[in-house]
Amino acid sequence: MIEFLSVYGENWSTWQPPMVSAIWVTLALTFCAYILALAIGLLVALGRMSNSAMLRAICKGYVEFTRGVPTLVILFLIYFGLPGFGIVFDAFWAGVIGLGIGMGGYIAEVFRSGLQAIHFGQREAALAVGMTPFQSFRYIMLPLAIRIVLPPMLNMLILILKDSSLCALITAPELMLFAKDLASTTFLPMHLYLLVGVVYLALSLPMSLVARRVEARMQAGMSR
Amino acid sequence: MAEPLLKVENLHKSFGSLEVLKGIDLELAKGEKIALIGPSGCGKSTCLRCVNFLEIPNQGHIYLDGELFGQKKVGDQYSQMSEKELARQRATIGMVFQGFYLWPHLNVRDNVAIAQIKVNGMAKSEANDLAMDMLKKVHMDHKSEEFPERLSGGQQQRVAIARALAQRPKLLLFDEPTSALDPELVGEVLNTIHELADEGRAMMLVTHEIAFAREVADRVVFMDGGGIAEQGPAKDIIDNPQNPRLQSFLGQMLERN
Amino acid sequence: MTLTEKIELYSITLVKGAGWTVSITLLTFCIAVVLGLLFGAVKAYGGKQTYSSTFTLKETLSYVLARIAIIAINIYVEVFRGLPALAVLFILYFGLANVGIRLEPFTAAVMGLGLIGGAMLTEVFRAGFGAIHGGQREAALAVGMTPLGALQHIILPQTWRVTLPPIANYAIGLLKDTAIVSAIAAPEIMFFARNLVTRTFDTEIIYILVAILYFCLSFPLARLADRFEAKALEGAR
Repeated sequence: MIEFLSVYGENWSTWQPPMVSAIWVTLALTFCAYILALAIGLLVALGRMSNSAMLRAICKGYVEFTRGVPTLVILFLIYFGLPGFGIVFDAFWAGVIGLGIGMGGYIAEVFRSGLQAIHFGQREAALAVGMTPFQSFRYIMLPLAIRIVLPPMLNMLILILKDSSLCALITAPELMLFAKDLASTTFLPMHLYLLVGVVYLALSLPMSLVARRVEARMQAGMSR
Repeated sequence: MAEPLLKVENLHKSFGSLEVLKGIDLELAKGEKIALIGPSGCGKSTCLRCVNFLEIPNQGHIYLDGELFGQKKVGDQYSQMSEKELARQRATIGMVFQGFYLWPHLNVRDNVAIAQIKVNGMAKSEANDLAMDMLKKVHMDHKSEEFPERLSGGQQQRVAIARALAQRPKLLLFDEPTSALDPELVGEVLNTIHELADEGRAMMLVTHEIAFAREVADRVVFMDGGGIAEQGPAKDIIDNPQNPRLQSFLGQMLERN
Repeated sequence: MTLTEKIELYSITLVKGAGWTVSITLLTFCIAVVLGLLFGAVKAYGGKQTYSSTFTLKETLSYVLARIAIIAINIYVEVFRGLPALAVLFILYFGLANVGIRLEPFTAAVMGLGLIGGAMLTEVFRAGFGAIHGGQREAALAVGMTPLGALQHIILPQTWRVTLPPIANYAIGLLKDTAIVSAIAAPEIMFFARNLVTRTFDTEIIYILVAILYFCLSFPLARLADRFEAKALEGAR
């Protein structure tokens, strides 16, 4: 055990700088992909409730697509497939777009179920006390929707963080690729993969702790 | 005769090809209490919802305190009011729904206070005091910190009534306020409404509780097939109905109770 | 070769990979359900007992064991829900080989995904068991059923309504996650696809075919999940 741990001590000075920059790439990747997925999710959720049958069908098709096709395949299509059509992204942005598209469908479903869970009568009650449609959205519908949607949204963020490791397979310089590259030159795969495993846990556990807190708090205010 | 508080003029409303209201004319004096009764589908709820423009009538006008409601008149042309103006007018009419529709993310006190803060720009402390006063009126002040889901249906409805009262409304609308309640909870809500009626508030009440309507209302309006079939002083109408449709309706209601 | 010929040729190879994908998925699914049921039941019922000073030595021991088991399960669940699947696979395949335990890619894949799935389903089953009033189990024990019998005859039949929708959604996610095991050279669709690409360089055709193939595999599962969900909603009313 001590022998195993001492390897970390010996290599720390060479491993630490590239690892820290890889962590930043992982965080940037996660953050950008999350923003993209939120934007896609909101648009698609609204599209699925629109009056145009065509738009509804397109949005439903997109949700079905992301539900059925692995994120890794989407990443490969974008990074390796799109250049065949003359569209080239570098690994980072291919990762952002692939993760964003892959998760957007799930987020759209979360938004949709959140909006559907709100009873129409609550909006009418807001109008009846003299709120404008905007005020009823701002003070009643939106806070309600956020309460329903926030916990699953935080879980989505954790999923994206974990899925960002897939970008190693399209050579985005994130945490998993750092371990993979170094493992092939140092022949210390156990040390390196355990190390990044601990880093992923250190990043995701606080998030899931927050998610659970939020969920418990929201449920204290209302249960459905 | 003094200016009526509410004047409903030739009100028409259709949903698609279904004509629900076929020209309703109705007046309500200050302090007067009207009960709308009638078989389901007769248009009484729609009529009530048109009064504060939750349903936009296809034709006809509403006047509250002599002022045109929900519409603007320029020359001979009537046009829809902006949402902002409409909201300001709606704030002068309180409404109580069949399904309560308390907002589940706010506690009881905030449910009552929020409109006063956000709509009327009242200071928070002042709005909270007002909310507590209103909750006292409906005997719910001991539950001010609770969330709606923790309350019984009857308690929720009483909070909803407090929410409407906090608007200091010129007119109170009740849309079947006890229909969604378990039988043993109906009494507490009816008592609350009765107390408000005794204060001389103007109200318009859609209900199936015929005995309650007879006791509380000054006037009963019997609606049938989208129009007013018979109306008059509550006791006359219910004890001595003339219209055969009203006779059979009252017969059915008595049988049910 | 024309495009149609290519598509035909590639499809044959990829469908062969699909066979592997399905077997990895099925095997992993079984492991995950067994782990989830076991750990979920321990989490739901193991902590029910409150300690009392009148406990005999045997009772005290079983009480302490149950507490330890729950803590261990909690740690297991947190770790495997927080780790990326790729990290788990790399540790099992490359890491263990480095310390002298050499696993076949297929074995490492099924083990890794199975452990991750077990952690997810533990929470699903715990919630399912938790949704059923404790008195039901006591009543079953009172009429003379064993704890296992109560689980089988009384509790489980009721939990399916709550647990089937998330289990079906887990199965879809699992099917998609198997794509990752190509990274440790376990045979499945993605692995065959990557081999094809390195030989033919028909990147876009092959990955589009792969996407279609995964979609076809998951589509029936998705419909099944939708049906479970609709049923669960109906029951909840």
